[in-house]
Amino acid sequence: MPHDHHDHDHGHGHGPLSPSGHPYRRDDDVPLTYWQRMEIAVRELLIEKGVATAEEIAAQIERMDARSPALGARVVARAWADPGFRARLLADGSAACREMGIEVDALKLVVVENTAEAHNMVVCTLCSCYPRNLLGLPPDWYKSRAYRARTVKEPRAVLAEFGVTLPEGMAVRVHDSTADMRYLVLPARPAGTEGLDEAALAALVTRDAMIGTGLPKTPDAP
Amino acid sequence: MTLPEVTPPGFPPPYPAGAARFAPGAAVRVRPGDAPGHLRTPWYLRGRAGRIERICGAFANPEELAYHRDGQPPRVLYRVRFTMAELWGPGAEQPADTLDAEIFEHWLEPMETGDAA
Repeated sequence: MPHDHHDHDHGHGHGPLSPSGHPYRRDDDVPLTYWQRMEIAVRELLIEKGVATAEEIAAQIERMDARSPALGARVVARAWADPGFRARLLADGSAACREMGIEVDALKLVVVENTAEAHNMVVCTLCSCYPRNLLGLPPDWYKSRAYRARTVKEPRAVLAEFGVTLPEGMAVRVHDSTADMRYLVLPARPAGTEGLDEAALAALVTRDAMIGTGLPKTPDAP
Repeated sequence: MTLPEVTPPGFPPPYPAGAARFAPGAAVRVRPGDAPGHLRTPWYLRGRAGRIERICGAFANPEELAYHRDGQPPRVLYRVRFTMAELWGPGAEQPADTLDAEIFEHWLEPMETGDAA
C-alpha cells in the first residue's frame, strides 16, 4: 500500500495524520478581516433596507462567477473569421461585443492586435483592472505585485517565465490599464487553421493568449 | 529623451471627447507633480515624455468620483505611448519596446517646440 512507508514525513512530527497519511488541514478559525466584516454589513443593510434581496445578490454572484474566458475566445474567433468584425472590434471593442450579444455592461473595451511586428501584453499597475465581462475573474498572479511591477519594467523576462519566446525583432507593447478602458489582446491567428469554423477556432484561444502572457494553441496535427 | 513612433488609429474615438487639446501623435509630458487624493496617474510615468496614441473619450474625473462628487465636467482621456528607454533609461530591457497608459488631459503638458527632437 502506498502509504505504509513514511519515508516522506508530511507532518514533520506535528499533530495526527489522516487515514491516508497526510496531515489534517487546519480549520480556518481566524477572525474576519475588516473587509469581510464590511461586506457582510453592507450586504445585510441592503437586504434590511429592501434595496436587494438575498436571492438577487446570490443570483448576481452566480452571474459573475459564470463569466469565463470562453466569452473572450468567441470574440477572438469571430475576429479571425470575419475581417469586417475585426475592423469594428479594433475601432470600438464594446460595440462589437454587443453585436455578438455579449453583455459588456459599462465595459469600455480596447482591443489590441498582435501582428508579425508586435506582441501586446496587459497589466494594471494601480490595482487589478481586467475585462471581467469577457474573461471572468482575473487569475491571482494578475493581481500580484510581482506581475504588476515587473510587466512594465521587464515584460520579456515575464513572458519567458510564461514560456513565451518571441521571434527576433518583434516589439513588445505593454498596456497599463490605468483608467476607464479595459484591454483584450487579439492574438494572431495560428497557422494551419484555414479550414476551422468559429467554434473550433475559439477552442484554440486561451485566457493567457487574451492577456498577452500566452499564445493561442495550434490545431492538432492530422 | 526618446519618443515612440505612433500610427494614428484611423478611427474616431468611440466615446464623445469634446474639445480635446491634443491630437494623436502629439508629443506630451506627464506632469511631474503630486497631489493629495485618489490619482490614476502612476508614479513611474510622472515627468515622462511620450506621444498621444489615441483619444479614448471624455470621462468623469476619478479624482472627484473617489470623494462622492459627480466628476463633472468630464475630462478627456488619452492613451499615451512611451518608450521603455524613456521610462527606464539605460536599464531598459529593450529600449524600443513601448508602454501605453491612459492619462487624463489635466495630467499632460505639451512638449515645448524643439523639445521633441
